Amino acid sequence: MAHAAQVGLQDATSPIMEELITFHDHALMIIFLICFLVLYALFLTLTTKLTNTNISDAQEMETVWTILPAIILVLIALPSLRILYMTDEVNDPSLTIKSIGHQWYWTYEYTDYGGLIFNSYMLPPLFLEPGDLRLLDVDNRVVLPIEAPIRMMITSQDVLHSWAVPTLGLKTDAIPGRLNQTTFTATRPGVYYGQCSEICGANHSFMPIVLELIPLKIFEMGPVFTL
Amino acid sequence: MLDVEAQEPPKGKWSTPPFDPRFPSQNQIRNCYQNFLDYHRCLKTRTRRGKSTQPCEYYFRVYHSLCPISWVESWNEQIKNGIFAGKI
Repeated sequence: MAHAAQVGLQDATSPIMEELITFHDHALMIIFLICFLVLYALFLTLTTKLTNTNISDAQEMETVWTILPAIILVLIALPSLRILYMTDEVNDPSLTIKSIGHQWYWTYEYTDYGGLIFNSYMLPPLFLEPGDLRLLDVDNRVVLPIEAPIRMMITSQDVLHSWAVPTLGLKTDAIPGRLNQTTFTATRPGVYYGQCSEICGANHSFMPIVLELIPLKIFEMGPVFTL
Repeated sequence: MLDVEAQEPPKGKWSTPPFDPRFPSQNQIRNCYQNFLDYHRCLKTRTRRGKSTQPCEYYFRVYHSLCPISWVESWNEQIKNGIFAGKI
């Protein structure tokens, strides 16, 4: 999860997020390169009193700096499209969980697992114990196995919400009357936090998401039923 | 009218609905609805022919996994009251 004053991306817990982090670094390097090139050129032109007559109305230069940006955009677009289509893959899921947004909590349905349904409310500050996280911890966590493709069906009962877990690279809108599907595979166990990411009213900031990802053997023992 | 209080299917080798190439998009509402319709059509057809409705169990499992429970309850209520919009 994010630590205080963090400005970078969270550590990846899914292959999709690993790809997204790599792409972020790739795009950022290109941005730095272009920014320094442009700033350097601006600096040179602003600090000189001379005029270069070869630069005025130079067709070759115009051609170069029209084609070169197009090539750079392609270099950014190709990996971006690849990741976009990767996130849409369903990958033969092993488990389907439904997440239903309400004002202002999430309901989860494990209908593949005995029909377990529960609500997930943020712990109010008065109920926090030492070690709990303010505005992030909930009364009932979503417990899921790692290394298994999981399908999330996300919808809403009242207004728009968005089910987002940054460390898994997930952000899917919860729209009333629409059933959005997303899949992920977690690669390491732990407790991961997310938050509603679509303004949904006064308590939009107070409907967190907590996923507890555990090894499959332990998940099969059934701790999910002891929530 | 068919009994819409479907029984819970027996425990078995069921995992979760597989990928359905008819519904490849992110929006799975048609997948949910289609399997709900297919289940009730299957029940209706096999009941009329006096055959076992066990093969209909697959459709039940799929829509039970994909559809939010509140949606299913609402549709079942509409079927009971004879005002369900879908064609079964």
